[in-house]
Amino acid sequence: MAKSNKPIVWGLFAAGGTVTAFLTPALLLLTLLPAFGVMPALLSYDNLRGFAGHWFGKLVVFGILFLMLWHAAHRLRVTLHDFGVRADGLVAVAVYLAAATGTVATGYFLLRI
Amino acid sequence: MSAHGKPYVREVSRYGWFFRSPRYLRYMAREVTCVFIGLHVLILIVALMRLSEGREAWDAYLANLGSPAGVALQMLMLAFAVYHSTSWFNVTPKAMPVQIGENFLPGVVIVGAHYAGWLVASVALLFLAGVF
Repeated sequence: MAKSNKPIVWGLFAAGGTVTAFLTPALLLLTLLPAFGVMPALLSYDNLRGFAGHWFGKLVVFGILFLMLWHAAHRLRVTLHDFGVRADGLVAVAVYLAAATGTVATGYFLLRI
Repeated sequence: MSAHGKPYVREVSRYGWFFRSPRYLRYMAREVTCVFIGLHVLILIVALMRLSEGREAWDAYLANLGSPAGVALQMLMLAFAVYHSTSWFNVTPKAMPVQIGENFLPGVVIVGAHYAGWLVASVALLFLAGVF
C-alpha cells in the first residue's frame, strides 16, 4: 500500500477543530468581559504570568495553540481551493509554513515568560 | 474519447459556484470560519508576546482588547467561533458514528453529548479564570 501523510494531516485538523469548538467561544467571552466591567482574575498581569510561568501552563497553552493553528491552516488550504485558487502545492507550503511559524513563535514567547 | 459521443459536462463557475444554493453557502460559511480562528490564534500569540514584555505591555494589550475596535473584532470572531462549534458538533454523528451491537447510537444523542460537553467546558474555563 502506498504511504500517505493524509491521516496525520487530517488527524491534527480534526483534533484542532475539536479543541477550537470546545474552547474558542469561551476564550473570546473571557477577553470580552473586561470591556463590560468584569475583570477575570486570570487576566491580571501577575496571575497570567503565574499561569504561563509554570511548565504545565506553558504545555497546555502550546498544545492548544498548535492544534488551533494547524486546524485553521489545513482548512484554509481547502477553502482557497473552493474559492478557485488552484495552486494547491504552493498554497499547502504557504499555510503549513505559516502554522509552523506561529507554533515556533508560541514556543518562543512562552519560554520568555 | 467516448464511443457514445461527447459526454455532457455541466458548466460550473470556478469562483461564484457557492452562490448557487443555500446549502453551498452554508458550507462556505463553515469553511471561512478558519480565517477568524486563525486570526484569533494570531491575537493570542501577540498576547503571549506582550505578556513576556512586562506589565506595561500587558496592560496596553488589555486596553487594546477593550477599545471599541477591539470589542467589535472580538464580537465578529465570536460569531464565527460559535458557527464553527455548532457546525462542528452537528456533523459528529457522521464523523464518528457509535455502534452498539447491531444498532447505531441515534445522532441526536451524540450531538447532544457534544453540546453538553461544550457547555461544561465553557463554564469550567470561565470558572477557572475567576469570572465567578
